[in-house]
Amino acid sequence: MEVLLDAEQVDRILHDLAGEIAAKTPPENGLAIIGIRSRGEIIAQRLANYLSQDLGRSVPCGTLDITLYRDDINAPHGNGQPQVRTTEIGFDIDDKTIILVDDVLYTGRSARAAMDALIDLGRPKAIRLAVLVERAGRELPIQADYAGCAADVEPQRSVQVSLVESDGKDEVIVE
Amino acid sequence: MNRILDTVERHTPGKVGKRRGASMAMVRKEEPFKWQRKHLLGLRDLTVEEILHIMNTAKGFEQFSMRSIKKAPTLRGKVVVNLFFEDSTRTRNSFSLAASRLSADVVEFTQKTSSVSKGETLLDTARNLEAMGIDIVVIRHNAAGAPKLLSKNINACVVNAGDGYCEHPTQGLLDVYTILQAKGTLEGLKIAIVGDIAHSRVARSDMWAMTKLGAEVTFVGPPTLMPSEVGRLPVKVSYSLDKVIEEVDVVNMLRIQFERLGGNPFPSIREYSHYFGLTVERVKRAKPDILVMHPGPINRGLEMESEVADGRNSVILQQVTNGLAVRMAALFLVTQAAAEIPA
Repeated sequence: MEVLLDAEQVDRILHDLAGEIAAKTPPENGLAIIGIRSRGEIIAQRLANYLSQDLGRSVPCGTLDITLYRDDINAPHGNGQPQVRTTEIGFDIDDKTIILVDDVLYTGRSARAAMDALIDLGRPKAIRLAVLVERAGRELPIQADYAGCAADVEPQRSVQVSLVESDGKDEVIVE
Repeated sequence: MNRILDTVERHTPGKVGKRRGASMAMVRKEEPFKWQRKHLLGLRDLTVEEILHIMNTAKGFEQFSMRSIKKAPTLRGKVVVNLFFEDSTRTRNSFSLAASRLSADVVEFTQKTSSVSKGETLLDTARNLEAMGIDIVVIRHNAAGAPKLLSKNINACVVNAGDGYCEHPTQGLLDVYTILQAKGTLEGLKIAIVGDIAHSRVARSDMWAMTKLGAEVTFVGPPTLMPSEVGRLPVKVSYSLDKVIEEVDVVNMLRIQFERLGGNPFPSIREYSHYFGLTVERVKRAKPDILVMHPGPINRGLEMESEVADGRNSVILQQVTNGLAVRMAALFLVTQAAAEIPA
């Protein structure tokens, strides 16, 4: 096990990501943040807070459950059976620039599912992808628009993201 | 509602025979729960944990009706057969719509237009349908136990949509869901189920689920409409609606099923209505937040006055809406369990 990011680094990266998103988003565009359950939801909330401060206006934030859109939903899951949860997006996504947020970008399959789920809710002007960590191993033609850090991790190892809200501390480790 | 069902605590199975209440006040744990039933035959056998898992799953489906595209690709390529040997509008349409919203294909089967009228047996009908590659059979049958018989003889998942006077599990689940939505918990609630208990599978499924979740259920009706085994069921019995109406939190009015009534269970419709109908006057004497439920279809003016059915305590249409979410959850979960088991 090795620590990829400690609490201080996680916080700095999220601040930087928010700054980058604010700089690259034309002010006339409606901006909204949507996090993928469950770690993406927390990161999205923090990004939305930082962005609201940076831009001096409230940036709406929502949560997306992608379970029903997973491409392995009808395959055996062993003990990791997926649980359907709620999608909570309290605003209209039509014509907005949506920043889709997840903790780790790996195969790209979650991002694919999330895009399909979003498009069933409306027609955003654009969807951008922001992640805390991107690691090699893409199985689909999907890339992050905003990545906090890149990690070169062997396929047999896993990247674990812990966050204060769900796990008591901010940390990213490689196991 | 969000707050309530989001925080439904996962229950671990308790001691055998110990009634466990559903506490909604605790924080959801990340501990994954694994659904393992590829058939939904009844609520009698379900654990509290299983019932709450269906409730939580249904909550994820609740918003579908408000979306711009009311469909998810989850059951794409799966085939659901509605195998109905008894008339039904609501349940059949609800299952059809639930399956369609999950992108499954639906085959409608009715006794009147099928080979059953030519003498084919239930199992032959089911096996023939199965030979066409179906994944889920939703069955309604006038014989208690028909869904179970089917489940033992075919590979497809079986969901009971009502069997004889035995169970109607998705109705029980949507009733529980509706009560949770309004009250937050069933623990300690007093619930009256009123009317033709003897011929009601709804009453039985409600009873199993509601008592498991900690409610006190009272069957109310004339002695002629009480099931003979009522003394062995986990319920109280009352022959007077007037005696219970003031103390209950929920009243579920059953339909008088004229098509099933033999003999003369009550002297006249007027007399039944006088003693067991939910009138405006009775609702006035009840708790102000009493929940008025009915599984439909309503005989207006008989079980219930129109003003009550359409009144502010009524959640009858909410039950129908919730039925869709609960049935989507049921179809989704049995499919998930089937994926784990080699055919």
